[in-house]
Amino acid sequence: MSEVMDPPHAVAATTPPIVEIRGVYKRFSRSLDFAAKLARRLGVTVREDVVHAVDGVDLSIRRGEVVGLVGESGCGKSTLGRMVAGIMPPTEGSILSHGRDLRSLSGVEARRTKLRTQMIFQDPYASLNPRLKVEDIVGEAPLVHGLVRREDFAGYVDEQFRRAGLDPGLKKRYPHQFSGGQRQRIGIARALAVQPEFLVCDEAVAALDVSIQAQILNLFMKLRQELDLTYLFISHDLGVVEHLSDRVVIMYLGRVVEEAPAEDVFRSANHPYTQALLSEVPRIDTRKRAFAGVKGEIPSPLAPPSGCHFHPRCPHAMERCRIERPALREIAPGRRSACHLNDAA
Amino acid sequence: MSLPAVAAPGGPTLEVRNLRTHFFTRAGVVKAVDDVSFTVERGKVMGLVGESGSGKTVTGFSIIGLVDPPGRITGGQVLFQGTDLASLSEAEMRNLRGNRIAMIFQDPMMTLNPVLRIDTQMIETVQAHARVSREEARQRARDALGQVGIPSPDERLRAYPHQFSGGMRQRVAIAIALLHKPELIIADEPTTALDVTIQGQILAEAQKLCAQFGTALIWITHDLSVVAGLADDIAVMYAGKVVESGEVGAVLDAPLHPYTAGLIGSVPSRNRRGAPLSQIPGMTPSLLNLPAGCAFRARCPRAESRCAEPPPFAEYLPGRHARCIHPYIEEAVRA
Ligand SMILES: Nc1ncnc2c1ncn2[C@@H]1O[C@H](COP(=O)(O)OP(=O)(O)OP(=O)(O)O)[C@@H](O)[C@H]1O
Ligand SMILES: Nc1ncnc2c1ncn2[C@@H]1O[C@H](COP(=O)(O)OP(=O)(O)OP(=O)(O)O)[C@@H](O)[C@H]1O
Ligand code: SF4
Ligand code: SF4
Ligand SMILES: [Mg+2]
Ligand SMILES: [Mg+2]
Repeated sequence: MSEVMDPPHAVAATTPPIVEIRGVYKRFSRSLDFAAKLARRLGVTVREDVVHAVDGVDLSIRRGEVVGLVGESGCGKSTLGRMVAGIMPPTEGSILSHGRDLRSLSGVEARRTKLRTQMIFQDPYASLNPRLKVEDIVGEAPLVHGLVRREDFAGYVDEQFRRAGLDPGLKKRYPHQFSGGQRQRIGIARALAVQPEFLVCDEAVAALDVSIQAQILNLFMKLRQELDLTYLFISHDLGVVEHLSDRVVIMYLGRVVEEAPAEDVFRSANHPYTQALLSEVPRIDTRKRAFAGVKGEIPSPLAPPSGCHFHPRCPHAMERCRIERPALREIAPGRRSACHLNDAA
Repeated sequence: MSLPAVAAPGGPTLEVRNLRTHFFTRAGVVKAVDDVSFTVERGKVMGLVGESGSGKTVTGFSIIGLVDPPGRITGGQVLFQGTDLASLSEAEMRNLRGNRIAMIFQDPMMTLNPVLRIDTQMIETVQAHARVSREEARQRARDALGQVGIPSPDERLRAYPHQFSGGMRQRVAIAIALLHKPELIIADEPTTALDVTIQGQILAEAQKLCAQFGTALIWITHDLSVVAGLADDIAVMYAGKVVESGEVGAVLDAPLHPYTAGLIGSVPSRNRRGAPLSQIPGMTPSLLNLPAGCAFRARCPRAESRCAEPPPFAEYLPGRHARCIHPYIEEAVRA
């Protein structure tokens, strides 16, 4: 019996947002080591390194939508994901869940909101407690929060395991006895076990072979249809993002540079960075090719370039690009891009 | 403490013969690697792909001698330039690791110490195998970070691993592996956390090493398009065994083994956007009590009664092996 699923449907623009990110910044300053502190006390000016991980992001995600988030390694995707999941507060700006600022919530409400948003972490090694049996990793939160009764615990855990493609017979083991991809699926089972409404998937399927990846992605799509789940899907795999997302957001060095319906991005990217990214995608039909190094200097979030962050690598860079930050502006209905070239037209 | 040069020049850098690594757990014996054989020539890249949990990482660990109890190599041989690595002492093995054979771990924190600054770790690594001044060592570390596309290497050297993004940590681990231009690199999912541009940079560096220094590479990955673009040969693992091997283009164009075919069919770009992805039916078998015969049997569209016998790993076409009694030969010949 094969179910027929609709292709990603456009979620009506009128659907209220489940999450809104408003003017969000996240800066990390490197804590000074002892020598530097001493030097500073002696009156020496010591430069403190500040990483501008997320540099003014606005974004809203509607209920039932799948938003793909892509961008260079280190551009702030995980940091943004953590803030959206309420695990990390922004330095500046606010994050709203169902219209309410996460910071204004307290007690039971804060906990409930947190539970409704689950994150699947990028690193399957660091995100599982090594001292817990995997059945407890998956089943503890549902038990504590009353989603399952003690007498139903075993059956519930088995179901979560099976759903994530894991053999329930392995549930008494500890994380180190699993392979990378098996650990990733434990993380997925844990996130789904608390019946969330919003999932932040940070490279959730990167550690999986393509067949199991297909199984998990099909599960995500099915849950979306059945439970109206919403996803922020962070991934470097543009094939996966294209397959799954309604809308794609592209980040570069802490900023959103383009945002558009998935088909539009993959058919005709607007921003030069997006274009560069798409041209590098390896294809399974290409054999023994010569890979190319990055052209131009890779900028650092410690000292981001002035104006448009992409200008040192942009083939179209103009004088203005070095001075003025391009605003993220609407270039067509539902499409935004941050590039000065759009002014010329 | 150099290796006796047994092998004739031009011999393969690595030969793995019938390797078996089992974990003796309380619940039973996990046959994580169970009869794995392959060869990697000098300057060549072998892509190692396969089911999650099929034994790719354990194969890598077995080659460099890092299998911890309750795991144990229970059979087979690992020949590095003709020398059986089992014959080396612990000290000789340690010297070999990091110097002539390097592994880039799936978990970068296996390479990185969380409480030490990156510069401390990298300088230590340089000085462990090369007699150079601290300043020279720092310079090499700096260059290595630049090579893997880490901007502001000077400032970044002073950071701790937790201050790096996932992909940056991975790149530092790659930089450390490249430091000594080893003769063999085993890279375990080295670019999964990287975007395609940085990935391209790393792959370009890898190709340079192969071409200039004759480094042999084992590239473990789930990304078939990376294997397609980078590797010369491919080996596909399922449930602890290599089920198919051969020249990469030939295998990807017309796989012999039904598991390989299923795997290739699941790649999103081979599916209509938004439609359910084709997936291999059924679930990965537990390695604890594999049924006799072909381990893929319960999930295979071509299974027949003969599959209850263990299929041999046979050469069906020149240079192309498969562990299947009913492979897609006509399709492969036609391709
Ligand atoms: N705890 C921290 N302390 C200091 N800097 C940090 C910390 N966490 C992240 N950063 C820095 O913030 C920037 C963004 O990191 P983030 O993990 O969000 O990137 P990412 O886009 O997820 O990258 P990747 O694709 O490699 O996972 C990086 O430059 C990183 O070094
Ligand atoms: N310490 C251990 N004790 C028991 N079983 C183990 C142990 N380490 C690994 N295994 C098992 O050995 C098998 C092979 O693991 P391995 O890590 O090599 O898989 P892999 O092919 O690298 O998978 P992935 O692609 O998910 O990383 C797995 O089924 C795993 O559960
Ligand atoms: S603003 Fe200028 S530098 Fe930036 S992407 Fe556009 S053309 Fe390139
Ligand atoms: S041996 Fe039989 S069951 Fe196994 S892969 Fe071949 S046809 Fe399928
Ligand atoms: Mg990340
Ligand atoms: Mg592995």
